[in-house]
Amino acid sequence: MSQSTTTPAPLAITHLTVAYGDKTVLWDITWQAVPGLTAIVGPNGAGKSTLLRAALGLIPSIAGEARFFGRSLDEVRNRVGYLPQRASVDWDFPATALDVVCMSRYPRMRWWGRVPKAEREAARGALDQVGLADLADRQIGRLSGGQQQRVFLARALAQDADLYLMDEPFAAVDAATEQAIIAVLRRVVATGRSVIAVHHDLSTVPSYFDQVLLLNGRAVAAGAVKSAFTPDAIARAYGGRLNVLEQAVAEGGLQ
Amino acid sequence: MTTEDFFRLDLPALLAAILACGSCGLLGSFLLLRRDSLLGDALSHAVLPGIIAGFAITGARAGLPMLLGALAAALLAVFVIGLVRRVARLESGAATGAVFTSFFALGLMLMEATGARSVDLDLDCVLFGQLESVVWLEAQGFASLLDPVALAALPRQLFLLAAVAVVLAGLVALLWRPLHLLCFDPDYAAAIGLPARGLELALNLMVAAAAVAAFEAVGSILVVAMLVCPAAAIRLLTDSYRAQVLGGAALGAALGALGYALAGPLPAAFGQNFALNAAGVIGTLGGLAVAGAMVLRQLRNASPKPAIISG
Repeated sequence: MSQSTTTPAPLAITHLTVAYGDKTVLWDITWQAVPGLTAIVGPNGAGKSTLLRAALGLIPSIAGEARFFGRSLDEVRNRVGYLPQRASVDWDFPATALDVVCMSRYPRMRWWGRVPKAEREAARGALDQVGLADLADRQIGRLSGGQQQRVFLARALAQDADLYLMDEPFAAVDAATEQAIIAVLRRVVATGRSVIAVHHDLSTVPSYFDQVLLLNGRAVAAGAVKSAFTPDAIARAYGGRLNVLEQAVAEGGLQ
Repeated sequence: MTTEDFFRLDLPALLAAILACGSCGLLGSFLLLRRDSLLGDALSHAVLPGIIAGFAITGARAGLPMLLGALAAALLAVFVIGLVRRVARLESGAATGAVFTSFFALGLMLMEATGARSVDLDLDCVLFGQLESVVWLEAQGFASLLDPVALAALPRQLFLLAAVAVVLAGLVALLWRPLHLLCFDPDYAAAIGLPARGLELALNLMVAAAAVAAFEAVGSILVVAMLVCPAAAIRLLTDSYRAQVLGGAALGAALGALGYALAGPLPAAFGQNFALNAAGVIGTLGGLAVAGAMVLRQLRNASPKPAIISG
């Protein structure tokens, strides 16, 4: 809350509690994101995606609230971008890569008629940023998994937001695509914007991210990667579920 | 067959089949793309208690009260399906199936209880419709198309079907892009501030309106067939959103026309002295269209395609 007198945090979550039926997934999360590149890390079922989806109002929460730049989401909707999990949609769908990227700009245009040229150009620009300019007119079902992930990244970028919430932007992509995506995210952050990404690979957290939130139903630790991403905090987040390999990575890769 | 017979008997039924099948074909693509084709099945059955209630209250087969009753029943069904999913935590297909069969059964009970059955609504009519009863007795020939007195005597089902078709086509055009996104990624639509829940409700109401307008003419079985078959056949042949939606409507309308036209001559061609139920022929053609599309797709896939570039 120390920042409340200066610039409000891109995302501030207070006392957020979310349940599916009678199973509580997130308990009383209070967390304030710092501008920059932030990873949300935790074991499967820790509520990482749920945290993003509840903050965006896509699933109801029992208690608590999320404020963006000190305001409610409805007031600053056009400053908040979202990249859902790639597996959340059916890619065998009648649309081209450009169609999908244009979707991010629907709130800015009429609902009928042709997509205005300026909006289409903005969408092409976003595809260019992720290196897919040549595939703009390709059916999304005929793109590789890594290309599909980059189409989603381009769609988020085309929102031209100040904060991006990304659900596993590196899921199931090859090493080259992962490097391409992190390069894009770094460029985004370099222009003063913020990215909060759900991330699975503990070994790349220190090299990719500035900030981290360790989650396991509750907020286990949060802060700069250097100070908060300790073997002890990781062990607490993963509990007994941290396997030998992850333990070795966490201890060896950090000290 | 004389020209006069054509105008009195065939033209109104043919138009009813085209409008009913075209409307259902138009909306079928959205259900298919949302992987929610069962909802068309559900809504076309769940409207029955509303139709009977509208009939019972007004005591006549008037279009508007029955349409309003059907829309109310559809709304209630959509709400109850959502409620069952949340409260009983059933998966969507099970919740939908449980709710619509209950609604349909309730409708059948209402039909018995209100005496609607004895007047002119019965199970046959519910299932197969009464396409052959859509007649224009005032028609004399081409001149009747310009005669206001004769036009006023056009069967009222035609007016309802035409009005619903026009409204649906207008709504689809108006909601063209949001519906595309809603079908592809409803969460993202909500995340960027489009009224996803409202669009979903609008789409459900549109399906209910198409189903109930078509229901009386062609029956609930054909409504289900036309909500699923044209869209499924076109989906196998195109990767374009525009071609999918417009093609679904066009194929639906074409199947309606062709099915009606074949119902009489087809048995005659085999030397049989009877006419087939038009709704049955249209439904059969719907299945054949899907089968034909599968064959076409196989033939096309057999020719080489550029390989997917990885990365």
